[in-house]
Amino acid sequence: MSGAPVYDKLVFELSSPGRVGFSLPEADVPGAAVDELIPKKFLRGDAPRLPEVSEFDVVRHYSRLSRMNYGVDTHFYPLGSCTMKYNPKLNEDMARLAGFARLHPLVRDEDAQGALELMYDLGQMLAEIAGMDAVSLQPAAGAQGELAGVLMIRAYHRARGEKRTKVLIPDSAHGTNPASTALAGYDVVEVKSLPNGEVDLEALASAVAPDVAAFMITVPNTLGMFEPRIMEITEICHARGVQVYMDGANLNAILGITRPGDLGFDVCHFNLHKTFTTPHGGGGPGAGPVGVRSHLEPFLPAPVVVKDGDAYALDWKRPKSIGKLQAFWGNVGMLVRAYTYIRTMGGDGLRSVSDNAVLNANYVMKRLEADYDVSVPGPCMHECVLSARRQKRRGVTATDIAKRLLDLGFYAPSTYFPLIVEEALMIEPTETESKETLDAFCDAMIQIARETEQDPAVIHEAPVTTPVRRLDQTRAAREPNLTWSPKG
Amino acid sequence: MASRYIANTPAEQREMLTTVGAASIEDLLVKIPAKARLSRPLALPSALAESDLVRHMRALAARNADADRFVCFMGAGSYDHFVPSPIDHLISRGEFFTAYTPYQPEASQGTLRTIYEYQTMIAELTGMDVANASIYDGASSLAEAALMAHAVTERDEVVLARGVNPLYRRVVATYCDGPGIRLRDVPAPEGVLDLDAAGRLVTGKTAALVVQSPNFYGALEDVAAAAELAHAAGALLVVVSDPVNLGVLEAPGRLGADIVVGEGQGLGVPMSFGGPNLGVFAARAELVRRIPGRLVGATVDRDGARGFVLTLQTREQHIRRAKATSNICTNVALCALMATIYLSTLGKQGLRRVGELSAAKAHYAAERLTAIPGVSLRFAQPFFKEFVLRLPKPPTSVVARLARRRILPGVPLKTYDRALADSLLVAVTEQRTREEIDAYAGALAEVLK
Repeated sequence: MSGAPVYDKLVFELSSPGRVGFSLPEADVPGAAVDELIPKKFLRGDAPRLPEVSEFDVVRHYSRLSRMNYGVDTHFYPLGSCTMKYNPKLNEDMARLAGFARLHPLVRDEDAQGALELMYDLGQMLAEIAGMDAVSLQPAAGAQGELAGVLMIRAYHRARGEKRTKVLIPDSAHGTNPASTALAGYDVVEVKSLPNGEVDLEALASAVAPDVAAFMITVPNTLGMFEPRIMEITEICHARGVQVYMDGANLNAILGITRPGDLGFDVCHFNLHKTFTTPHGGGGPGAGPVGVRSHLEPFLPAPVVVKDGDAYALDWKRPKSIGKLQAFWGNVGMLVRAYTYIRTMGGDGLRSVSDNAVLNANYVMKRLEADYDVSVPGPCMHECVLSARRQKRRGVTATDIAKRLLDLGFYAPSTYFPLIVEEALMIEPTETESKETLDAFCDAMIQIARETEQDPAVIHEAPVTTPVRRLDQTRAAREPNLTWSPKG
Repeated sequence: MASRYIANTPAEQREMLTTVGAASIEDLLVKIPAKARLSRPLALPSALAESDLVRHMRALAARNADADRFVCFMGAGSYDHFVPSPIDHLISRGEFFTAYTPYQPEASQGTLRTIYEYQTMIAELTGMDVANASIYDGASSLAEAALMAHAVTERDEVVLARGVNPLYRRVVATYCDGPGIRLRDVPAPEGVLDLDAAGRLVTGKTAALVVQSPNFYGALEDVAAAAELAHAAGALLVVVSDPVNLGVLEAPGRLGADIVVGEGQGLGVPMSFGGPNLGVFAARAELVRRIPGRLVGATVDRDGARGFVLTLQTREQHIRRAKATSNICTNVALCALMATIYLSTLGKQGLRRVGELSAAKAHYAAERLTAIPGVSLRFAQPFFKEFVLRLPKPPTSVVARLARRRILPGVPLKTYDRALADSLLVAVTEQRTREEIDAYAGALAEVLK
């Protein structure tokens, strides 16, 4: 066990009646008390039970809580499929400029020309990166981008008078793919992948029936491999009137190397919090812009940022639009960060991002292939998927390995995803990590493989250096305790 | 040229390639067919040095009428509430800022504890039993509530009061298209829900009745009456509520709400031209297994120590896939953290004070503005911090003329409702001073002369 006493407070437990952490001005208007302004039936009888703490209590409490977290700034974070790269500090300064951070969404277009220009240009740049014709910046995250994309496909088929009811999704897909597709009103048909994770072309060809609206696939796939016959796949689909959707979660692998539009995709989304360095924030906010080829452009979420001469505007006259996805125009704070990043890197810089992301992933895979099973032989793209099946035979699971890594000073890879790999460990190092960091991580992984043989107890005990040890998930689900009460 | 965001030097690249057994990075890309390759560099503006980029960004930012340079009386779902200084300092700690969804709870107790605190505070403010870890924004939260009501009741209609923010209603329409949920609007001719009309529209087919209070026009709705009406028909009552108001206004849960959603941007989140925002979602305990999104629960570790985990995950897309309660994965955890720190800082007394100041200043502003000849309140309803003015000149031209004086006088309502072509929606938060309100009244009187 670690020696330092663990901080175990919730902010409510710091509360002392009468203590304050705020400073608000005295009322400067002649005015009545609120119960003279508003009928009593609308008013709260008693004050809400919020903490009563000083400003310094707040600062120390949240500073101490922050130290109970691993983040990219403090730890290598090889969480596959999440692209946990460095989040540049400059992006933060730019997003905090009052002209962006303090701008109300409903000001007139002429009062938001700088923000609209940035959004227009970001859309153009993302379109160029993906080889798409138009981009909507509105989706708030990847899953909402998926929903937007599938709804556009639905609207497109409808407009052509076609009734298609199914969407094909590989069994290796992210969970959001089937969830978003079902939400858009489609039946999801799972397509089995080949053992190497690639699409089974024969199975696909027989599955693309006239009632199929779309095929949704991640490129590179969730095993970190480029789909070598991707252009045949998009051709097979198009020949049967099936639209092809690319989940852009893995875009960090292909910047400037190949483009979804050139591969034949009709729609793709971007995760700005992955490829384009906006922070993950402990689970968001992200941003999930969606790009389309021209035949889907009429269906883009409204409004669309347009340029007329030197003026920028929000165009609401989109009669075929699928509608709105969030109240306003997108997670603009995130768009400012992504724009800053792209302008920092330029086209050559982005190409270098993918080159180095691929190199780093292959380096990790090579260094670990003697001690762990690789799911598919390399070379891989930006991430590699290992299997702990060898370790499992000795009683050490992917979860155990993840917990031991925490003790050795690393966050864990994604585990048990993709579902088609037994005891999966999905490792995405990203281009921002140095060789020394990768070596230290690989050394730790090799150490764990040795411990599996020689001293598995140390793995089963892990983690012991974290603020808490392994947690009882079953109890949490069986007796849900989702809010604090004074009794505990 | 070398990039400051990429660590590998050419020498290190060569060393790594040797280990890998490849002659070049190009050798690692062999699976990509030649015809699929981009044969030219990306056509993007060339890279900018940090100092040049800062100059460029400042120039863009300067072309926006932000609330530092302009006096903001705009609301309609995004408000200029005060943001205490500790929030940005604390959320900027890299351990919070650069972590992701707490998949490894032992190394994520900081994030998990803050979400648990957030859930507790939102449940308390809304008067509900449970709250989730957040949805994208108020509008998508409402859309999720409509989907949830449809799933819980197995009914196919959702009845929405016209007082629900029209931008939210459009998002609900987008989300309800796939599942085939029919939407019905209840008129609000007097600025609040027409209970008789609602009574006719809420039937045995209704999954939920949705009201917003204060509504889009700023007016306070009779939530208890709406609850009675919905429950009599076996429908759920969904209430859209801005949590920053709930230090003063009654908790919707105590008035009969089954689900409470809302925009939490006022709780310390910058306006940022409309996003990212904070979608609040809370519900009664019986509905917990149908809630969309992440939930954090308390448990114990191996040694019996208190700890926190993501829980009830069998609702979620990464487990349940096509049958999940929602497709949401990434939410807005960092905005929820802002709200948690905001509510800790303001506390029991501060949140009440924010509400009292906003209400007092809004009523003072309404009095000053309606003293101008030709200007009146559009609706004779009790309001909180926002109200609708009827103007004798087109509101869009008034907005244009006041912009020249660096005043953002409100939101013209013509776009949302043709019947309100003469109307301007005005919001007043605790941030506005008497001087600013008087200046607004003076300027409005002049342009209306």
